[in-house]
Amino acid sequence: MTVTGVAAAQAAGEQETIDEKKAVTYLEAIREGLWEEMEADESVFILGEDIARYGGAFKLTDGFLDHFGADRVIDTPISEAAIVGAAIGASHRGLKPVCEMQFIDFIAPAFDMLVNFAAKSRYRTQIGAQIVVRGPCGGGGRGGPFHSQNVESYFLNVAGIKMVAPATAYDAKGLIKAAIRDPDPVLYFEHKFLYRRVKEVLPDEDYVVAIGSARIAREGGGLTIVTFGQMVHKSLEAAEKISAEDGAEVEVIDLRSLNPMDDETIIGSVRKTGRCLIVHEAPRTGGIAGEITARINELCFEWLDAPVRRVTGPDTPVPFSPPLEDYFLVQVDDIVKASRWLLAY
Amino acid sequence: MDDLSQTQLQELYYYMKLTRSLEGRLEFLFKQGKIVGGLYSSLGQEAESIAAAYALEDGDWLGPGIRNLGALLVRGVSPKEMLLQYMAKADGPCRGKDTTTHFTDPVRGLVGPISPLGTMICVMSGVALSFKLRREPQVALTFIGEGATRTGAAHEGTNLAAVQGSPLVLIAEDNGWAFATRTHEEVANTNLVDMAEGYGVPGVQVDGNDALAVYAAAKEAVDRARGGGGMSIIEVKTYRMKGHAQHDAQKYVPPEELELWRARDPIDRYISYLTAESLATESEIAEMDKRIEAELDQAVSEAEASPMPDPVSALSGTYADAPPAELWAREL
Repeated sequence: MTVTGVAAAQAAGEQETIDEKKAVTYLEAIREGLWEEMEADESVFILGEDIARYGGAFKLTDGFLDHFGADRVIDTPISEAAIVGAAIGASHRGLKPVCEMQFIDFIAPAFDMLVNFAAKSRYRTQIGAQIVVRGPCGGGGRGGPFHSQNVESYFLNVAGIKMVAPATAYDAKGLIKAAIRDPDPVLYFEHKFLYRRVKEVLPDEDYVVAIGSARIAREGGGLTIVTFGQMVHKSLEAAEKISAEDGAEVEVIDLRSLNPMDDETIIGSVRKTGRCLIVHEAPRTGGIAGEITARINELCFEWLDAPVRRVTGPDTPVPFSPPLEDYFLVQVDDIVKASRWLLAY
Repeated sequence: MDDLSQTQLQELYYYMKLTRSLEGRLEFLFKQGKIVGGLYSSLGQEAESIAAAYALEDGDWLGPGIRNLGALLVRGVSPKEMLLQYMAKADGPCRGKDTTTHFTDPVRGLVGPISPLGTMICVMSGVALSFKLRREPQVALTFIGEGATRTGAAHEGTNLAAVQGSPLVLIAEDNGWAFATRTHEEVANTNLVDMAEGYGVPGVQVDGNDALAVYAAAKEAVDRARGGGGMSIIEVKTYRMKGHAQHDAQKYVPPEELELWRARDPIDRYISYLTAESLATESEIAEMDKRIEAELDQAVSEAEASPMPDPVSALSGTYADAPPAELWAREL
């Protein structure tokens, strides 16, 4: 081999290494997870509005129709109840449907099918509904009141529905795979603001992230922040600021699963820090923070050195205009301010 | 009926009479305080349920409504199972967690409905879609009352099956009443069959109290669906002879209307047909009736002897993997 040849081979090798280690966005991670599950299990199929020919409003399923064919990638009418209802019926026949809500806000017309049919199916008939309903949630995209919501609280009081909300590309892929393999209905909330903003290098091998397990995103002893989705990133930013400016270390728990919730990780952290802040993007009243607060009161009240506090969206719809939406959304400074209040308590 | 043998024609009678007698037993048990919750009757409309289900074959799926007990019997559900359901017993298909026709059984191809109406069409359109996607020559059949045809779910589910060309047969039952609301107060066009044109699928209107007319229409639709011809709508005109449920004395129903429909009773009519055509003698019919009563005697005594569920079983079965969250509050 000539010197030039060796150099070229080395260059190619390096190139290959770089390619192999290519970082994957949150959106690509969901897509990869879905693709791999469809490759591995022919009973998995997807249905939703404009997911086949167009490849989905966010292009998440672009190319699926060509690869998997029209029997497994189905464009439906604008009929969210029928999408979820048909998925339930198909699941009773052993198929594993993954439904896309074009925006998670549009899950409202399918509410009956989810809370009355899917959620209660196993309990009342011993036959579960193995379906996944996924879709983009959250604000920051100037989507206005109907393309920006977080809907987890609508379903939190419904026994029989699992809910996951990844914050990272790793978890996005691991959780979509876990959701598809789960024998019960799973709502999969993907934060659209993260779609192309977070990325990481993912393992080559097949993996899942267990539903029901939280992740400690940052360790610290002074205060626990419990959060999920896009708010994980804002909470981490707040934690870094507090570390740099105040010298206090904040522990950030990324819930990943909203139902079932990882009580053990939450309680373990609160017992260590004695202080807890819960952060979510959805409005305050009836939000998931209330449920987490109640669990902390029931399970580790004696360890608390301060009242549990929450930073959430206000009790309003999500507004459209940028100054309004930014004001609605929880910002890093809101988290910093509440954290400092708790640390000083 | 060319494609039904004499045995099958007699069997149709057997199921109609079994349904009526079983519902009679249920009413008796209700008055004895042995039925839990509501009791719904299909009196006067047994023929359409049974004849429609009779057109199905092994491997086909059925999604009944609340008044389609007869269809379930045709598909292999036993009277004892129905008694256990209504008596809220531990050994019933729902183990005491739900009642009536609300049970799902993939082995027998049954999907249990839920009480919010119209939803079954969405779910059964998914069952039918699965047959289409897997290229399996099977058919799904479900029922919808005239009132429930006006739900959003009914529209979405029907339309999805229509555009997908899924093998679904929809029996649209006009029995005159949605609880205490008349058909014309629910739908401006009381010819439900006209929905078919709107959805772009074949539709036919038949006399729901004529078992053989319903069977013929259902058989044609089932065969068409099985052959790749997609969904059909069959409207059956019938009448609800009892109130919405046992608690409803139907005081709002004009007596003359009940008289009119009593004269059109589907079972009396079917007996006249069987005897006039020499398909069954009066003694053969009496023999079947006797057999039914004996079967029901046994079913009732077995169901009564069955245990009620263990209270703590209320906590289990929501999820396949039963996460501790289900129990943790009770453990404090």
